[in-house]
Amino acid sequence: MTAPRTRRKVLTGWGRTAPSAADVLHAVHPSLVDEAVSAADAAAGAHRGRGLIARGMGRSYGDAAQNAGGTVVDATWLDAVHAVDLAAGRITVGAGVSLQTLMERFVPLGWFVPVTPGTRLVSVGGAVAADIHGKNHHVDGSFCSHVVSMTLVTPTGTFTVSPTADPDLFWATAGGMGLTGVVTEVTLQMIPVETSYLLVDTERATDLDDVMGRMLSGDDAYRYSVAWIDCQSTGRRLGRSVLTRGDHARLAELPRRLASDPDRARAFVPRQLARVPVTPPSGLLNPMTVGAFNEFWFRKAPRRQLGRPHHMTGFFHPLDGVGGWNRLYGGRGFLQYQFVVPDEAGDTVRRVLERLTAVRLASFLAVLKRFGPGDPGPLSFPMPGWTLALDLPVGHDALDRLLDDLDEQVLAAGGRVYLAKDSRLSPGTFRSMYPSLDRFVEVRARVDPHGMLRSDLGRRLGLCSDAAPLPQPTTRKGRKNP
Amino acid sequence: MIDATGRPQSVLVLGGGSELARAIVGRLVPGRCRTVILAGRPSERLDAAADEARAAGAEVVETVAFDTTDLAGGPTAVEEVFARHGDVDVVLAAAGALGDQARLESDPSAAADLITTNFTGLAAALLAAARCMRAQGHGRIVVISSVAGDRPRKANFIYGSTKSGLDAFARGLGDSLVGSGVGVTVVRPGFVVGRMTEGMDPAPFPTTPQAVAEAVVRGISSGAEVVYVPPVLRWVFAVLKLLPRAVWRRMPG
Repeated sequence: MTAPRTRRKVLTGWGRTAPSAADVLHAVHPSLVDEAVSAADAAAGAHRGRGLIARGMGRSYGDAAQNAGGTVVDATWLDAVHAVDLAAGRITVGAGVSLQTLMERFVPLGWFVPVTPGTRLVSVGGAVAADIHGKNHHVDGSFCSHVVSMTLVTPTGTFTVSPTADPDLFWATAGGMGLTGVVTEVTLQMIPVETSYLLVDTERATDLDDVMGRMLSGDDAYRYSVAWIDCQSTGRRLGRSVLTRGDHARLAELPRRLASDPDRARAFVPRQLARVPVTPPSGLLNPMTVGAFNEFWFRKAPRRQLGRPHHMTGFFHPLDGVGGWNRLYGGRGFLQYQFVVPDEAGDTVRRVLERLTAVRLASFLAVLKRFGPGDPGPLSFPMPGWTLALDLPVGHDALDRLLDDLDEQVLAAGGRVYLAKDSRLSPGTFRSMYPSLDRFVEVRARVDPHGMLRSDLGRRLGLCSDAAPLPQPTTRKGRKNP
Repeated sequence: MIDATGRPQSVLVLGGGSELARAIVGRLVPGRCRTVILAGRPSERLDAAADEARAAGAEVVETVAFDTTDLAGGPTAVEEVFARHGDVDVVLAAAGALGDQARLESDPSAAADLITTNFTGLAAALLAAARCMRAQGHGRIVVISSVAGDRPRKANFIYGSTKSGLDAFARGLGDSLVGSGVGVTVVRPGFVVGRMTEGMDPAPFPTTPQAVAEAVVRGISSGAEVVYVPPVLRWVFAVLKLLPRAVWRRMPG
């Protein structure tokens, strides 16, 4: 079989760090995925080639959807809607369909995605691979808890897996970062909504204790909850934040101008308000500019406002309104540090914030939320407790060691770091943070005996290796063997 | 893999026993670098460098016989390292000799040896490394050049010209690797106070192996194309390059 046509391209994650080049294949039809997986597996079996990984919309911050020197399957071409059951809210779509597409098509019909992260520009396949979570994790769990079944192309065959059909493979794929196969099709259970609006309560919290207290006592009453933290405030005001919580609005709950126009109340028309046209120099987002923004953002928020209607786009995905916002961090890019610690280790959140403010690392975006119970995925990130996500520009000299220190604190507290955001964890720390890793490795060995599913993240964390690289030593006359 | 903060996990050093190489490895290992392959002429110094890397915490440490003047064997040795270890994140070209200008001028074959050591052999080995890295799709090649190559002086033009050649080669190689996922960083130290320059009068703005090592680590993490150590030399040499030759050749030392 001839290998399908590919194009060599340099890829990075959303953080625009650690570029590597791979042969990108446009998977315009699932059969191309089958062919590419077979070809890469044959090569891996002969100790050649550098494997294959699927890539969705490239929203993982680090190196999860890169495969240096190997094949990257661009799965965004798998964008068909295969089956729709509008009565039950059950849909079957290609893995390359974005959550934005699902919202555009199904919100007006009364169905919303069960889980959405801070951006709707992720693919369904990527959502499975990262087992993404949203502001409703404390109520609804993560994405794969709503996946009815999925089709997975592996070197040992194409399988349809579900929580009842080969549950081991299903859950290893949930959060498995694409290392168990290429997801080509997903059947998803949507949630019913009457409108594209939410009724949102907004409160300002004066410090970290205040916001954590409010979340502990009040989150259960809301389906969606998130706190934005001002990472520049220190001392007594450390952790001052804006807490936004809400639930889907029923038609009758909306103001009259919307309630009287159901089409408008259910409309979902995302707009990009602006684009970052060029990459500005690194350092545009510095403690001063970020401090000014944070001050503005905090003061802009109402002290306390109840039941205000917000459209889904603004409530869930405020940053999607600015195209290419990741460029704002400049040429060196940025990373996101997201960790979870159990409830009783809430103090770790405070210590992390203290460490960051002490070195004046400007975090433009710091988000705190509570997780409910995790799912059985051995590499799935969520577990009950607190999760904090911080965007940090690369370039600060102490950043690497600082984050290593934070890893240790998170690990000591029994927590872990989110692989979809990770771009710098060490193999040893990763192993300690994911104690069910052996279960994952076992399933992977079953479906991918040659280890042909490889990514830069997998290489960095010691999950994948390239036994023998491509170039054969050239033979020469008069070669002296040292 | 080189991570988002610019820390490599493996390094191959050409000229692994050199003082600069040891200082650089000493900086890389405490980060993430667990695999260290030191290529050089078998010697106590090379073994001592390996011991240092182990003591610093590297898990896989290996010495490889590598002689830049062996024009066929050098590139082969590099290719064999890639074949044995798989990915190499950073290839550091730190081999080189200073030579005694007066002796070299009177002994052309010794001069030719120096040119082979500093330029010809190293360039051949780097081409082999570039080929392997292009195939693996990621990595960084770091080439230790010298400000002596910015504008060779009468007093050490043989050494200076080897560094000029190596420097130009490395920049061209970097351009040829654009789009391959592999980058090239050229490091131009000034006068490095150490074993290689023992007994010599330091030139203005002298530096140390530790400072060079720090600059190399930063160069890897930032992906810089050209790094001067100390940084002020960038501007000093920007001016010196403009001097008329009649003035330049009167430069002392």
